[in-house]
This record gives sequence, structure tokens and C-alpha cells, in this order.
Amino acid sequence: MKVHDTKKIYKLDLIAVKIRKHIIEMLYKSKSGHPGGSLSAVDALVALYFVHMKHNPKKPCEPNRDRFILSKGHAAPALYAVLAECGYFNVKELTKLRTMNSMLQGHPVCTYVPGVEASTGSLGHGLSFANGVAIAGKLDNKEYNVYAMLGDGETGEGQIWEAAAVASHYKLDNLTALIDRNFLQIDGNTEDVLRLESVRDRWNAFGWNVIEINGHDIKQILDSLNKANAHKRQPSIIILNTTKGKGVSFMENNVDFHGVPPNEMERNLAIEELNLAQKKLEALL
Amino acid sequence: MSNKIMVNPRNAYGEALIELGKKYKNLVVLDADLSKSTKTIMFAKKYPKRFLEMGIAEANMITAAAGLASCGKIPFVSTFAVFATGRVYDQIRMDIAYSKANVKIFATHGGISVGKDGVSHQMIEDIALMRVLPNMTVIAPSDAIQTGKIVHLMAEKNGPMYARVGRANAPLIYGKNDLNDIELGKGMTVETGSDISIIAYGTMVEPALEARKILSKENIKARVIDMHTIKPLDEKLVLKCAKETNAIITAEEHSVIGGLGAAVAEILAEKNISTKFLRMGIKDIFCESGEPVDLLEKYELNTKHMVKNAKKLLKN
Repeated sequence: MKVHDTKKIYKLDLIAVKIRKHIIEMLYKSKSGHPGGSLSAVDALVALYFVHMKHNPKKPCEPNRDRFILSKGHAAPALYAVLAECGYFNVKELTKLRTMNSMLQGHPVCTYVPGVEASTGSLGHGLSFANGVAIAGKLDNKEYNVYAMLGDGETGEGQIWEAAAVASHYKLDNLTALIDRNFLQIDGNTEDVLRLESVRDRWNAFGWNVIEINGHDIKQILDSLNKANAHKRQPSIIILNTTKGKGVSFMENNVDFHGVPPNEMERNLAIEELNLAQKKLEALL
Repeated sequence: MSNKIMVNPRNAYGEALIELGKKYKNLVVLDADLSKSTKTIMFAKKYPKRFLEMGIAEANMITAAAGLASCGKIPFVSTFAVFATGRVYDQIRMDIAYSKANVKIFATHGGISVGKDGVSHQMIEDIALMRVLPNMTVIAPSDAIQTGKIVHLMAEKNGPMYARVGRANAPLIYGKNDLNDIELGKGMTVETGSDISIIAYGTMVEPALEARKILSKENIKARVIDMHTIKPLDEKLVLKCAKETNAIITAEEHSVIGGLGAAVAEILAEKNISTKFLRMGIKDIFCESGEPVDLLEKYELNTKHMVKNAKKLLKN
């Protein structure tokens, strides 16, 4: 990797830290929300929105845009922070998460928030929505790509597998799913709650092109997105091997932080850690 | 009955889709392995690229339709009423109603007159399920001519909509030019009368017209309303009926809970209107397999029972 490439990645890592800080502040302020799955999804969102996707925050409805659908809607804070940092709306809005009269509902709503494509939160829907978008793209000979991020626990929903079958049947190679494989869901380890392994074999069996990477390595994420786009006649899925709560030591791999926000002390500790990570990255630039 | 022209509303749906396919290049049709029954196959043959066979995977079909709508398509989604509503309630709620997606769900095989397939394929809760959803328009056409007109109206107007027809052939009620003024949300007075109003939709409109004929021989003048749009309900017309006639009967091939009867009762109660009132529908029970005519007799949803109920109600 060239030096300027390395620096480019560091800059993206820095954005990811900033997003994580937003998430902690938002959840602390609203006193509710899902830290674990928001933090694990950040790096992929940064790679998509700050580099890979073709989109214009000033024209959120532009017909040729790439689309991203957050099927695991409880990671809304991560998506909101990314959209705000991209310029879809004012960063100040983020402090209103989950409060009355705010467009930032607990789970994303497409009719309220510029840049939100689908109203999610009821698990299992997003990949189907992405199917519709991808089919429309094929019908209209459009160049856009559609991305859907799934939770790993979410793939327990039957609708995911309906969508998996249909996407493969229609050879939707303009569709890429990303699965946030952090191995934790509310009731515990995914393999104890409802076994998912082998994730790779399942998607392979449904006729998908499967790519497996470190879901916190932005360089790997960008490379895999390019590979997914280049792969023809099959939809692709990127298994993002991630850590739930990534970036905040005491939240990492801690299922208690699935849906519980940080208290004041936890928030201070988390911000301290993230500030440290920020300084380290800034020193490298 | 023998001199009546019988036409299947499902065929009218198929034909309307072909006309609309020509008019709207962005119209697409989705089905879940029932295209021969729902008649979307007619569209599929004419516009194969815009017909999307989604397989026996209704949840995905509903949400995918919302995705298509988000890209400017007008998706018509069809399957049997039982699979088009109850099975996919959460998908309709989140992705269509809440998201205000321009998706048109057109269900066939509504009601109990599906017949011998039994309860798994009969649907008597769909109107209630769809009516309770904000943003949703709920429609049930009564004959083939009206079905064709309504399918056009559904395509023209933006927003989430649910429509249902039955399985069986249905006698024509309207002539080609009777419905030039038809509007969604506006009930139609098919026949006038001053003693009792029978407010019905779908498969119950024609039996109501037959009941009117029988009642008139006994000097009872029945008004027949075709309330093709159950939501938004034509409140004005309901109030007019309450004011101008001495009793109201609602009739629907649906549970008495949550459907047209409930909607009319809600209006009458809230407006403090005291009138003789009866809901005809399935009385909070599951039905069974059987010939449609036998089912409608056993569960008291035919002309004979309308006449009986009208006389009883007026006598009380």
C-alpha cells in the first residue's frame, strides 16, 4: 500500500472515531438506544458514505444515486451521525435523537430524514427493500448499486431468506449485502440463541457471492466493496467480522450494551478513550 | 339470477392492468405464484419484463414492492387476500403504510365464498387489518365494471392502497357508462328508498339489490348503497342514510368486527345518532369448507337473510 493510501485510510479512521463519539453523545443525551450494534457498524458506513457510494447530500432523491438500506434499524445512531457528517442535515440535529418532534426517531424513517431510504427497525425487511430497488435499477438500465446492512442476529428472520432466494434468482449483481457479524444479540451469543454458522455456507447455498473480511479494516472494506461491484450475475454479501461495541473498551463484546445507553461515568470514559484514539490517528497524519 | 351477465372481477383486474401497462410505463406487477388465479398472468403475457414473479415468498414481495415504489415504479401486488394482509401485516405496516409507499395491493379470493378451500384460504379480517393502518385506502369493488374503473383510479392516485375482490364470477351491476363519476372515498347510491338503507360492498351489493326487489313487493322501500371505499369512509352518505331512512343494515363478506359495519357504527355513535342498526357479516367465528352458496346460507349472508333482517329490524 502506498503512503498516500495509508494516510487516506487514517483519515477515514479518524472520521469513524468522530462518528463513534457522536453515537456515545447521542445515546447519553437521549438516555436510550443501542450502542453495541451502532459502534460495530461504523467502519463499513464510513467506507460506504465517505468513499465508495455515489451520492449527493444536497440531492438525496437523485434517481441515479447509490442506495444504502440499514436493515438493522437499531443502528440508527450510526447512520444518523454519518448522514449528518456527510451534510444531509445539520449535525446539531443529532442531539435530538429519540426526543419529541425530532425527525431522528428511534429507528430510521424514510419520510422524515433526508438520506434514509427505508423505514426499518422491524428486523428482516431491509434486504427485501433492497431487492425492489435493485430490480428497479435493472428494469431502468440504471448504473446505481444498492447496499443493505444486516445484523447477524437479524438473519434469524425468515424474510431474509425469502429475499436471499429472490435476489439470487433475479441475479441482482447490483445488490451487495453487508452482514455485521459481531456474534452477539440481545439474549447472548448468536450461536447459543439461534445458530447461524456457517454463515458463509448458508449464503453460498442461496447462490450468493460471499466475501469475508475484517469489518473494522476500512481498507479491506473498500477493496471488498469493489470486488462485490465487479462480480456479475450474482448478488454479493460481505461478511464483516466485527466486534460489538467496537472502539469503547468496556462496551466491546459486552452484550449488556446491546440496548442500554451509557450513564455519565461511562460516557466520560468512552469519550476519553475515543479522544485518545483520535490523537493517535492525528499524530500519524 | 339466470338472466344476469356473470363476469369475473378478477378478469376485469387483469384487463385493467393491461390497459394501465400501456398508459404507465413505470407500472409493474408482482405476484406470488398465483398469477393464474389473480389474473395478473394477463399482464405477464403482455408485459413480461414488467411482471415480477416473486415466488411463494409474500413478505419479501410486499417489501420489495415498497423498494420498487421508492424508485418511482407503480407496483401492483397480488395474491389471495389472506396472504396479502394477515401474512404480511408487519411488512405492509412499516414499508407501505408508515412509509407512504405508492404500492397497490390488489387481493383476490376475499371473503368466505372462496368455498371449498376452507378457513386457510378464506379471508374475513382483511378489511379490519387494513382499515386500522394510517395512510391506507381500503377498497372492495362490487362487479367487474366497477373493478376495472377502480383499478384505474388506484393507479392514478398516489399512496398506499388495498383492494379486494372475491373469487367467484359476479353478476354485472353497472353498465359501461354508469361509473363515469366514480370517486374513491365516495359511496354510490345504486337504488333509492326511504324505509331502510342497506350499505354494502363487494359481493354483498348484488344480494342487497335482490333483497330490495323482494322487500318492495311488501311495500318496504330499501335504499342500496355501494360503499366501494371502506376507508376513507363516506361519512356524509352514512349520515344522510341515517337521516332519510328509518334503519341501516351494513352487509359485508367479512367479520362484523372491524369492517364496514364497525366503521358505520363508530360514526353513528360518535354523532349521537340513534337509529335502528344491524351489522351483517361473519359473526366472530371461523367458517368452513363448502359450496359458496351453502356457506353464504349457513353464515346468513345472502338475499334471504337480508330480507329477513330488514323486516325484523323495521318491526322492532
